[in-house]
Amino acid sequence: MIKFLLKGVFRDHHRSFFPAITVSIGVALTVLMNCYLTGVFGDMIDINAKFQTGHVKVMTWGYADNINQLPNDYAMVGVDNILNNLHNRYPTMTFIQRIKFGGLLDVPDENGETKIQGPTMGMAVDLLSENSTELDRLNITKSVIRGELPKKPGEILISDDFAKKMEIEPGQEVTLLSSTMYGSMAIRNFVVSGTIRFGVTAMDRSAIMMDITDTQSALNMENATGEILGYFSDNVYDNLRAETMAQEFNTEFSDPNDEFSLTMSELKEQSGLSEYLDYANHFLGILIFVFIFAMSLVLWNSGLLGALRRYGEIGVRLAIGEHKGHIYRSMIVESIGIGIIGSILGTIIGLGFSYWLTKGIDISAFTQSSSMMMPSVYRAVITRNAYYIGFIPGLFATVIGTMLAGIGIYRRQTASLFKELET
Amino acid sequence: MENNQIITIQNMAKDYPVGRGYFRALDDVNLKFKQGEFTGLVGPSGSGKTTLLNIIGSLDVPSEGKTTVLGQSIGELSHKKAAKLRNEHLGFIFQTYNLLPVYSVYENVEFPLLLLGMNADDRKKAVLDALEWVGLLDKLKSRPAQLSGGECQRVAVARAMVKKPQIVLADEPTANLDAENSHNILQTMEKMNSELKTTFIFATHDDKVKKYLHRKISLEDGRVVKDELIERTN
Ligand SMILES: Nc1ncnc2c1ncn2[C@@H]1O[C@H](COP(=O)(O)OP(=O)(O)O)[C@@H](O)[C@H]1O
Ligand SMILES: [Mg+2]
Repeated sequence: MIKFLLKGVFRDHHRSFFPAITVSIGVALTVLMNCYLTGVFGDMIDINAKFQTGHVKVMTWGYADNINQLPNDYAMVGVDNILNNLHNRYPTMTFIQRIKFGGLLDVPDENGETKIQGPTMGMAVDLLSENSTELDRLNITKSVIRGELPKKPGEILISDDFAKKMEIEPGQEVTLLSSTMYGSMAIRNFVVSGTIRFGVTAMDRSAIMMDITDTQSALNMENATGEILGYFSDNVYDNLRAETMAQEFNTEFSDPNDEFSLTMSELKEQSGLSEYLDYANHFLGILIFVFIFAMSLVLWNSGLLGALRRYGEIGVRLAIGEHKGHIYRSMIVESIGIGIIGSILGTIIGLGFSYWLTKGIDISAFTQSSSMMMPSVYRAVITRNAYYIGFIPGLFATVIGTMLAGIGIYRRQTASLFKELET
Repeated sequence: MENNQIITIQNMAKDYPVGRGYFRALDDVNLKFKQGEFTGLVGPSGSGKTTLLNIIGSLDVPSEGKTTVLGQSIGELSHKKAAKLRNEHLGFIFQTYNLLPVYSVYENVEFPLLLLGMNADDRKKAVLDALEWVGLLDKLKSRPAQLSGGECQRVAVARAMVKKPQIVLADEPTANLDAENSHNILQTMEKMNSELKTTFIFATHDDKVKKYLHRKISLEDGRVVKDELIERTN
């Protein structure tokens, strides 16, 4: 009997092949969607980590408290020491220094008189040391629009938009007016070696990028820095790990009553990112849920239609003496089979596409240009739930659809099931 | 006499729900059928022939009155009991053949026996016997779509007969067939009726069928208007 029914399933492509294909397409889309969205959110976190927060960030208490004011008067001093300690404590991690500062940029004319002046935001990173990881991390080399990277102390990069507004050409000399970490005036001339695009409107409006050592010397911050960012070796943010790390670190070194004691803060905790991340996770969850729901409706419907289409066949089987429960069960078993096969197939296809997308979709066509620091490539990420999420629409929805359709067998008079096949 | 009456219908009525009310498709039907009858239900379209066959076949239940088939009261049977009754004792033949398209001729005929749980050897013998009877041994592996209408109906007859049921119910079995195929089918059924004492009840308005009948029950608007035994000419 089972063999007989199976023969029917395999011979009738409307019962085997097509439903399995429908299911696997739905499942593949669900899996792909899940991986891609997870990836995009992951990339957003990644951008934050690279530009702003690191996976963990070390600052002084005073700095952390006033972080929006770029409070370099609370900078850490004795950076060499701190970095050494951090390296010893966390040997697999990478730690780098960053300084953010505000100032005025002054563009002189031939006579050395001020031609144009504008407020600027400075970002100091390691541009000049031989084994700097920052050029890669921030995609700096590829983001240069005009001119070239600084080759020696005294050279800076400036946002391309800002340069146009200030009428600055690469090679030109500009004056930076800012304040030292002790609060006195700092004035230093620099040569603009090139222009750059950050890909973030706020930064493109008025930012400059300088070498860290150059900045330290200009702002009187020798062996001092505002922030030390730490990155995990695999470049993937692991919240639990970061949290534990920060907790341990803070228990040992942090003293809220001492403004110059060090504090470590993980990515998620910094500047509203916590809410953003929760929100992102929420949003991701909702999006995936909606998608699964929609796919479920589709597959449920096809389960429903598949069963309705077979009322005629069911009528004959009833007339021959098969009882309703038996027919119902055989339909359910059939749809479970189709659901499982379709889900497995769809998950494999979905993972395949997702894997291909782990190399990323380049969205630079939609953005201004591919040469900017913000990544223009969004990648899929294959997480553990990608392996089973597709089974929700693939298996459950298909089977429930069939179940609901099958209830019609019970509800209807046997004879009217039967009539449907006669007309 | 009473004990060879295999179907008794008393004061039976059938109502179909229509809109908010009911449509009475059968009214005050009183009939008895004996083992081995070859009987036709005749009457214009809509007179209730199919409805009556469906009730006798336990595919539908009467709204009033009592209908007993092989000692079982239709309408009081569970789904399972009704299915068992159909499976063991009833055969159906339809106007539109209703073969299962994905199965071969052999498999279509085998299906009722699978439901009966018959063993493979007995099954094979019974299927081949039935197909020999209807003259289709050369088409065992064909699918219904590859057969003519006449051949399909012969497969349907074989499917109804293969389990040697006590009663075969045939709803307009010749309506889609030409004269030659109609006679062919009817002769096959007639032979089974005389050799196996199978009871045949037809719903028909085909004149070709009428000359084979031993008994003719006329229906009009859901009522039995005539019930006559026929002197057979041939
Ligand atoms: N499921 C149904 N619901 C409502 N009316 C029905 C239904 N089935 C049959 N009828 C009506 O009952 C009457 C008898 O139908 P039927 O038994 O099919 O007649 P016949 O087979 O003699 O042509 C017809 O008027 C038909 O319209
Ligand atoms: Mg009819």
